Amino acid sequence: MSNSADNGPDELGRFGQFGGRYMPEALITALDELTEAWQGAMADDAFVAEFNRLLVEYAGVPSLLYDATKLSEQYGARILLKREDLNHTGAHKIRNVLGQALLTKRMGKTRLIAETGAGQHGVATATAAAYLGLDCTVYMGEVDTERQALNVARMQLLGAEVIPVLSGSRTLKDAINEAIRDWVASVDHTAYCFGTAAGPHPFPAMVRDFCRGIGDEARAQCLSLTGALPDVVTACVGGGSNAIGLFTAFLDDPDVRIVGFEAGGDGVDTARHAATIWAGDVGVLHGARTYVLQDEDGQTIESHSISAGLDYPGVGPQHAHLAATGRAEYHPVTDAEAMEAMALLARTEGIIPAIESAHALAGSLRLAKELPGKTILVNLSGRGDKDMGTAIEWFGLGKATAAEPVGNPDRSDA
Amino acid sequence: MSTARAFEKTRAEGRAALVGYLPAGFPDVPGAIDALKAMVDAGCDIIEVGLPYSDPVMDGPTIQAAALQALQGGVRTTDVLRTVEAVAATGVPTVVMTYWNPIDRYGVERFATDLANAGGAGLITPDLIPDEGADWIAAADAHDLDKIFLVAPSSTDVRIAMTTAACRGFVYATAVMGVTGARTTTSQLAGPLVARTRAATDLPVGVGLGVSNGEQAAEVAAYADAVIVGSAFVRALLDAGTDRAAGLKALGELTRDLAEGVRRA
Repeated sequence: MSNSADNGPDELGRFGQFGGRYMPEALITALDELTEAWQGAMADDAFVAEFNRLLVEYAGVPSLLYDATKLSEQYGARILLKREDLNHTGAHKIRNVLGQALLTKRMGKTRLIAETGAGQHGVATATAAAYLGLDCTVYMGEVDTERQALNVARMQLLGAEVIPVLSGSRTLKDAINEAIRDWVASVDHTAYCFGTAAGPHPFPAMVRDFCRGIGDEARAQCLSLTGALPDVVTACVGGGSNAIGLFTAFLDDPDVRIVGFEAGGDGVDTARHAATIWAGDVGVLHGARTYVLQDEDGQTIESHSISAGLDYPGVGPQHAHLAATGRAEYHPVTDAEAMEAMALLARTEGIIPAIESAHALAGSLRLAKELPGKTILVNLSGRGDKDMGTAIEWFGLGKATAAEPVGNPDRSDA
Repeated sequence: MSTARAFEKTRAEGRAALVGYLPAGFPDVPGAIDALKAMVDAGCDIIEVGLPYSDPVMDGPTIQAAALQALQGGVRTTDVLRTVEAVAATGVPTVVMTYWNPIDRYGVERFATDLANAGGAGLITPDLIPDEGADWIAAADAHDLDKIFLVAPSSTDVRIAMTTAACRGFVYATAVMGVTGARTTTSQLAGPLVARTRAATDLPVGVGLGVSNGEQAAEVAAYADAVIVGSAFVRALLDAGTDRAAGLKALGELTRDLAEGVRRA
């Protein structure tokens, strides 16, 4: 599980100029303890073995690397899908929460709190908490509880308390604010199971390392399947945990192009998007120096994306660093492009992706047209079951309207 | 003008200082200036002007509501400086309490320059620890400004030593593990924290988070050099609603009660 030292972070949790700890002093000791516990755990063969056992036996990894031949035929590049959508709970998030929940047990704490946007991280945290016998409270923006009611119900069924957040924009950033407020008051017995590779040190590095199996597996699978490394690896980027989990394995492969796709919402030329690296400026949000969507006075601007999981005005500091150094590139994908890709994958390969992951696919198909014959490895980070409400609305689905209904007793041929 | 001047006075009088907080722009920019001046008139020794921020992770619902109202009213960073200038003109040391991103965005050196020109005494930085504060420390030193960092019940002695060594003016001791907001009882954690902080520094130690009346102020003043009150002032203005005169009257009464409290200890 080693990581090239050049990829960071340094002892202060910095990736170049990004990262660090812009947090209340009240939480610094907890962050220090967490850093020490995490580093100790990762150096402990027994912990790593237990983590890997849970991943294999419980979460269902390694996930498949699927050769999407039908898409490839249509688009001219060879498209490989890392099927994180097949993991237990339906996304890559289970990797991170199993790591953090195991660490929580190791630290002797009894309660997990989490923020969630789409609800995937909340469901994953509630799942790990149920499995490992921890209490669980999930903060979720009120807007998101409405967009993702099914995931609220899943969390509740798993025994978690879901608290709707009414402050600010009532989305992911506000859920994080509220979780931090809870944590300041409960840190003696509670662990904050942060859902993405952002926030104060050690979260960006710790979440990356719990998720890096995505890339480690995909790299080996791709070599085995194609005999070579992919030409391009791609992922969607909100906070960026699935992306950094994939990218890490390829950072030291200079010939592998690394591309992240941010949520372009209505378009990056409008005010309604969540393309933080593309359109943001360097600032501080939720404990880290990174790119932030902010106004002239440093007030956070509310982001927009059709995908709740990408609807965040910040981004993980290592992504900011990879963008600033040019090792990775980040491009926007609009709501409409993502939804089109969602439908396309459903009808071409019979796979319904999460709308988050559909952003990665849409951007990758754009690349495919420019890169005939090349291999593009896409992280299909989650499945789309949770997004059916949005899909029903977007595509006008859900009403069976065949021109000639069957089973009508008044018709002689029925 | 450093807050040290206020502590010279209160030490001479053998009592703790009363530090009062309101966010700039709440209920609007002139309204906040009037309110802060009323708090000065009624006995605050140091004023904290809050810089309203969109993501105030250390604040409870009361201050969040005031900050949101200020932001919805269009308050700008320059309005905060204008507020400081008006309050500092009363002769009472005036500091800004702010989350870090607005200062980072304004430019640390530029903000230090403008704050000093406005007569401000320095900054309280709830989410900037000295570990990340090199730029601010340099700018504050260059402009003769107070650097007020926070210590918490969870801080190790090593961190308290490091943090207090980086402070100038006073040290802000957060009395509870939690967000801002009036509480019905004072914290059991504050006393030991103040004692540990005193072991590390000769700077005055102020205690904040939770104090809302004269009785609690007296309790805290028995062991601290300053009693810091925020949410209770905000609450007084929120409760008065659109009746500005009633709000100012309530602020005056609360300030006098607290000022009497810090003299009772």
